Amino acid sequence: MAEKFLMPKLSPTMEEGQISRWVKKEGESFGANETLAEVDTDKATMEMTALSGGTLLKILKGDGDTAALGEAIAIIGQKGEDISALLSEVSANGKTAAAVAPAKKEEPAPAPQKEAVSAAAAATAPAKVATAPAAVQPQGRLIVSPIAARMAAENNLDLRSVAGSGPNGRIIKRDIEQALAGGGSTAAKAAPSFTPSTVVGASGYREEPTSQMRRVIASRLTESIGPVPTFYLTREIEMDNVLSLRKAINASLPDEQKVSVNDILVKAVAMALQKHPYVNASYQDRTLRFYEQADIGVAVAIDEGLITPVIRGANLKGFVEIGAEVRSLAARARDKKLQPEEYTGATFSVSNLGMFGIKEFTAIINPPEAGILAVGSATPTPVVRDGQIVVRSIMNITMSCDHRVIDGATGAKFLDTLTRMLEQPAMMLA
Amino acid sequence: MATMTIRDALNQALREELIRDENVFIMGEEVAEYDGAYKVTRGLWKEFGDKRVVDAPITELGFAGLGVGAAMAGLRPVIEFMTWNFSILAADQIINHAAKMLYMSGGEFNIPIVFRGPNGSAYQVSSQHSQALEAMYANFPGLKVVMPSNAADAKGLLKSAIRDDNPVIFMEQERMYGMKAEVPEDEDFTIPLGVADVKREGTDCTIVARSMTVPMALEAAEKIKEQFDVSVEVVDPRTIKPLDIDTIANSVRKTNRLVIVEESHSFASVGAEISHQIMDSAFDYLDAPIKRISTEETPMPYAKNLEALALPSVDKIIAAVKEVCYL
Repeated sequence: MAEKFLMPKLSPTMEEGQISRWVKKEGESFGANETLAEVDTDKATMEMTALSGGTLLKILKGDGDTAALGEAIAIIGQKGEDISALLSEVSANGKTAAAVAPAKKEEPAPAPQKEAVSAAAAATAPAKVATAPAAVQPQGRLIVSPIAARMAAENNLDLRSVAGSGPNGRIIKRDIEQALAGGGSTAAKAAPSFTPSTVVGASGYREEPTSQMRRVIASRLTESIGPVPTFYLTREIEMDNVLSLRKAINASLPDEQKVSVNDILVKAVAMALQKHPYVNASYQDRTLRFYEQADIGVAVAIDEGLITPVIRGANLKGFVEIGAEVRSLAARARDKKLQPEEYTGATFSVSNLGMFGIKEFTAIINPPEAGILAVGSATPTPVVRDGQIVVRSIMNITMSCDHRVIDGATGAKFLDTLTRMLEQPAMMLA
Repeated sequence: MATMTIRDALNQALREELIRDENVFIMGEEVAEYDGAYKVTRGLWKEFGDKRVVDAPITELGFAGLGVGAAMAGLRPVIEFMTWNFSILAADQIINHAAKMLYMSGGEFNIPIVFRGPNGSAYQVSSQHSQALEAMYANFPGLKVVMPSNAADAKGLLKSAIRDDNPVIFMEQERMYGMKAEVPEDEDFTIPLGVADVKREGTDCTIVARSMTVPMALEAAEKIKEQFDVSVEVVDPRTIKPLDIDTIANSVRKTNRLVIVEESHSFASVGAEISHQIMDSAFDYLDAPIKRISTEETPMPYAKNLEALALPSVDKIIAAVKEVCYL
């Protein structure tokens, strides 16, 4: 039977999509998993694939047209079907089922066969659920069995962090049991595995109920300054040792593997985060979420704006591996080929404008992360050491802190650790 | 204890109560000289004679009304319908008289009567002779409805029904008359009305079944255990009215999942009522929507294959349990 083909949700934040180009033409048939069109979302160009086979009977939104989530963009079915009723329905109310479709498209469970399409990414999402619950949280209505809702409430578990395995993505008892069991077991697994290649997917985390004090701090400061009450901490760091370390490392590396100061900085931030759990955390209303690994978002400027690809488990990776990942992610970000899971779910971010000659600046927190580090250029600067004026490479860093999680002293201690790691890179191993 | 068929257990209950109380008498078509259409009353006419075991003409409304009048006069009639399908002819006496008399006489007249006979499907007896009518009778205040699923329950419940001072609808199942089980021979053995029985303990899913669907549910539970390692609890309410919802709700609170299996049609059925009551009392404990298996929405087909398709089956029960357990 012919049916409307609705604009699917191809990224967690998209509200509309622009048809980049139709890969299939009207009248052309397609099989399951074949790409029908390329769609520009707010973040990247995504392939829109068919879940089941059929024929593209009519294109409603042509190349370059924009459609809201859930808006009909084509009619699919079997060759020769009468689609006049569907056509008049579409022209009568344009945004058919727009309200319903987005929620349905996000279902992480294997979609019912009736769903005509799904993002290519969505098909791979369920496998990651266990390690990256936050990444797949539905924004629409949660479907939860009564006992599952009750168990979640009793265990202070945020249902939005649980992926449902029942029909229509319903969260059922089994999912809660797995979520409750999962917290402990991922922690146990993460610790011994020090091999970088084992890092897949976003960081696991544990949650602790927010204390009354934290709640008061959160509500008072939010009243004062907006939804993320931010304050800033600035620190000067002597980068000479990092520069010589970089030189020493790069001396033995082929050109394509050479590391940048920023790669070392990302590593140092990740190592420092491991020692300061309150900074590698997220404020979640009734709980504080503490991440197990440091997934560092690295801000990358692209023509149309900014995107922060994520280096997963940077605390477990070496400089070279981090450097290679940053280069690959940045290149694909510029080509708008990043998949949603590659640019969402960081636990902390770094924004470096040093290469543009910026000496010092403040960056804006990307919620739900609790902090972001704004990194300026390392500049030769006269400083006083042991009563003598000497020249050192001084870099200014400013951390924006979510005061609901990080207090002044907490942030300062983190920056102190980070400073020591950069001034004496061996401290990263300490 | 002795192993006996449901037929013989019912016979034993009738005989013991005929001996115990001289006000008890049996009346129905072919119950006396012919020993009953299904031989439930075998030997009773010979032993107790014309006054205690009475052959009635083929006039359901007439002998049901005669029974109600006898009960008003102080006797304790046990009225046999050859099958419950024929009770439809007597429904006015059962529903409008037996069920209402105590209330409308301002408490003057108890009606200690038992209407009994086989209910539900038999073997290819087609549309008019295969109906499960419990929901209809359970709908009316003033009637108790009892449906045993094994020989011991049949005996204990029938004795309680005969001793009860109010009208009791006692529904047997023709396909089950030959099923054997251990039965206490103690003549004081009774099972109180309104008490459910957990026929099999389990932890993952509750099946509520009654009458013929109980042995089906038990067989399904065994297979599910073997094939999927899912532990099924089987609860038999035994009395439909009054309904022991607490035992069912406690089971659901433990297993979080419920499948109801019944031989009647689904619309406004006893299963629908149980489903509602569970939603009332154990909603917060459910992990899946309650699943119900009933006879298909069709007059019972005569053809053997179609009859089998219309009725509940072990396979249908297994499929339903898998669905509520998300297997």
